[in-house]
Amino acid sequence: MSLAKRIIPCLDVDEGRVVKGVQFVDILDAGDPVEVARRYDEQGADELVFLDITASSDERETMVHVVEEVASQVFIPLTVGGGIRELSDIRRMLNAGADKVGINTTAVNNPEFVRQAAERFGSQCIVVAIDAKQVGDGKWEIFTHGGRSATGIDAVEWAVKMADYGAGEILLTSMDRDGTRDGYDLALTRAISEAVPVPVIASGGVGTLDHLADGVIDGKADAVLAASIFHFGHHTVQEAKDVMAARGIEVRAVDV
Amino acid sequence: MATVAVIDYGMGNIRSVSKALEHVSGGSRVIVTHEAEAVLRADRVVLPGVGALQDCISELKRLGLDEVIRESVRNKPFLGICLGMQALLDSSAENGGTEALGIIPGEVRHFADQLRTIPASNGLKVPHMGWNQVHQVKSHPMWQGIAQDSRFYFVHSYYVAPASEAVVSATTPYGFDFTAVIDQENIFAVQFHPEKSQHAGLALLSNFLSWDGSN
Repeated sequence: MSLAKRIIPCLDVDEGRVVKGVQFVDILDAGDPVEVARRYDEQGADELVFLDITASSDERETMVHVVEEVASQVFIPLTVGGGIRELSDIRRMLNAGADKVGINTTAVNNPEFVRQAAERFGSQCIVVAIDAKQVGDGKWEIFTHGGRSATGIDAVEWAVKMADYGAGEILLTSMDRDGTRDGYDLALTRAISEAVPVPVIASGGVGTLDHLADGVIDGKADAVLAASIFHFGHHTVQEAKDVMAARGIEVRAVDV
Repeated sequence: MATVAVIDYGMGNIRSVSKALEHVSGGSRVIVTHEAEAVLRADRVVLPGVGALQDCISELKRLGLDEVIRESVRNKPFLGICLGMQALLDSSAENGGTEALGIIPGEVRHFADQLRTIPASNGLKVPHMGWNQVHQVKSHPMWQGIAQDSRFYFVHSYYVAPASEAVVSATTPYGFDFTAVIDQENIFAVQFHPEKSQHAGLALLSNFLSWDGSN
């Protein structure tokens, strides 16, 4: 017995509201980040990821308040991604109660930003988010802008470089699988997880609870992230843990 | 009203710690401060922190808080969290050697260095990140109501190696059993984050608010 594999629900937040149809049957306000976070906390989520998809920079401050509210009521780790462009953005999120920030496009545009962020705030709070697409047999490339823009950067090399620059964790999303419900890209996940010394979170494509277990067993992921499978109320985090435990994966039981 | 002071020296998750304490505070008042006087007046002191130890120590010294901490650990319940635990040792391997406060004899080591010497630990990731089991090796009022081997949330690349086994209150397995908790007189210091460890973490913080500093 030792370190548990983590299950991480991911919430998209637009102008302070949870979007993409969270549909718990008995929830009062499915758009309220605090309400949703509290629900996942009760179900045994090991961490939460909030992705700020707010388009307008005027609304950025809204996310700070969301994080403050959630962090004062839910006592599990919180990662905030989206719109992290300056060191001051990181400071603001950490002060609000986030434990980690996810850096994606800014890292691609300016890899030194990751180094500076890790030096200033410590590797433990710097998560580099990688969106990758398969471009050949056993080859994946980094894409930005929701998978529309190719960068020509090899995904495995990039992950190694980011860990070397000080990323404390890699959040890896397969753009081929995202939204498909066909399961994680296990070859990609394994390739990255075996190449970097830091933990890797698998993301993109979960359609069944067994996909989560596959991500750990075949993908060698340290944590598994999913959104819709939990949001629509079909499955709870606890059910996911039961399935993973039945396949021999160590998970955290929730004591009450 | 009893006051608990959370020392704010500009590093990391101070708000998370104060919010979690407020959540379980009952009759206690939680203040977040870098004022020496306020810390010295408080009934209990919490030293949190995440990030680099070198920055932590230099900020504490700049604010004159190193002496305040030395004074506090002599006469009131003191809780160190993560970097706030590591700061209490003599020195750290971080940045090629960093001097710490020297309140608890011992040193802070890098996980990767140690794991490299253990073949069976092949593939263990650093930072050690996530929910791991905390094995209590002796009884202490701070463990009241917390089951043996409960899981707490960790995120760290360095771990403490105290000179004396006697101060080890709990260990956690990660390739080897490292010291997860130290207790020495009024000091209780934890490598994990109770403020992020849900029920078990809140129980520990609640215990701290009623602990009188004895064991």
